[in-house]
Amino acid sequence: MKHLDEYRDAHLVHAIADEISRTISKHWVIMEICGGQTHSIMKYGLDQLLPEKVELVHGPGCPVCVTSIEMIDKALAIASQPDVIFTSYGDMLRVPGSASDLFSTRATGKDVRVVYSSLDALKIAQNNPDKKVVFFAIGFETTAPANAMSVIQAKKLGIDNFSLLVSQVRVPPAMHIILGSPTNQVQGFLAAGHVCTVMGYWEYVPIAKIYKVPIVVTGFEPVDILQGILVAIRQLEKDTWQVENAYSRVVNISGNQRAQKIINQVFEEKDQKWRGIGSIPNSGWKLKSEYKGFDAEELFEVYEISPVESPLCISGQILQGIKKPNHCPAFAKQCTPEHPLGATMVSSEGTCVAYYRYGSSR
Amino acid sequence: MCLAVPGKILEIYEMNGLLMGKIDFNGIIREACLTYVPEAKVDDYTIIHVGFALNLIDEKEAMDTLALLEDIAN
Repeated sequence: MKHLDEYRDAHLVHAIADEISRTISKHWVIMEICGGQTHSIMKYGLDQLLPEKVELVHGPGCPVCVTSIEMIDKALAIASQPDVIFTSYGDMLRVPGSASDLFSTRATGKDVRVVYSSLDALKIAQNNPDKKVVFFAIGFETTAPANAMSVIQAKKLGIDNFSLLVSQVRVPPAMHIILGSPTNQVQGFLAAGHVCTVMGYWEYVPIAKIYKVPIVVTGFEPVDILQGILVAIRQLEKDTWQVENAYSRVVNISGNQRAQKIINQVFEEKDQKWRGIGSIPNSGWKLKSEYKGFDAEELFEVYEISPVESPLCISGQILQGIKKPNHCPAFAKQCTPEHPLGATMVSSEGTCVAYYRYGSSR
Repeated sequence: MCLAVPGKILEIYEMNGLLMGKIDFNGIIREACLTYVPEAKVDDYTIIHVGFALNLIDEKEAMDTLALLEDIAN
């Protein structure tokens, strides 16, 4: 298919990998922030094609993985209430909360449904006026336009049995935390291409400048990822730290302004807790007061739940690129995709499940 | 959640006041919301994520990038 196959071309993949080998003279640590990129790297074995001097570390770009355990527990509590239809992107279903997960909750007879789009959740609300339909609005900036539009539509169409349980996270604050840490090893960054499709990359210019780290907007297909790595390596070898766009077929510096306008209409920034990392200032979005009538946290009484994480799980360190899944004593033993101890073994973008599925020789 | 997929726009229409489209993903036809790409035309390629088009694919940029990479390969 056009705009897909060309970026999976084996000849091109090998040619770019060769060029990286010719260009690189020192050891460099590059972080890709997006879980989709992690999976692509593992699935296509790109890390094995690269010279050893390139060390790829994986960042916290898995919104399913970083949704706080408190939020999962809230979702479970709401889903368990009578007359609730709880809708969610499929990925969230097996993420472990303190005692259970949405999948198990559904197995006890509660109405939990997987939807592909927020508009599907809205349709369920329209078709079930006697039920309270809640949509688990998680994600990075990539899902924010879709999640925001469902609330705008609900308001416009007068659908009053629809609400969002919001857990939106933003990339730039996470990059500050990682790069600003005294133990930071990351020297180059591959920015998440689809986040940048929405937000542009103007937010990364001050980050590159402050931390003197090249940031390269990168896509997801093998050719895209290698191209992003090549551009980053070239800069590192030249000791420059610019923001460069290696995904120009869908990304431009200002992003999708229409989408940003809608995001700003519906959401405002808040401090957000990232699972395994802790609270990051201004790293999340919440519904603005005009839309509080669609906020599930306001509509449902959910008592403070003390979260309980698995003592064995090191998801937090994996999400910050400090450890790799094969460093975890529970990896592939007590913790597998069928019985996950943490979110990174569940999500389709989780680092642990990527390692489990695609590679043991790393 | 980052994974958006390219698709070709086959049809554009309106539903409940929202711009919608029938998108061809390499043979699989699905509906998506085009509200964020109002300039979209039939036969344009777009990137779809969770049922919404995030942006159109710029043909020229795509061609230029591939040409650049082919240069490296040769």
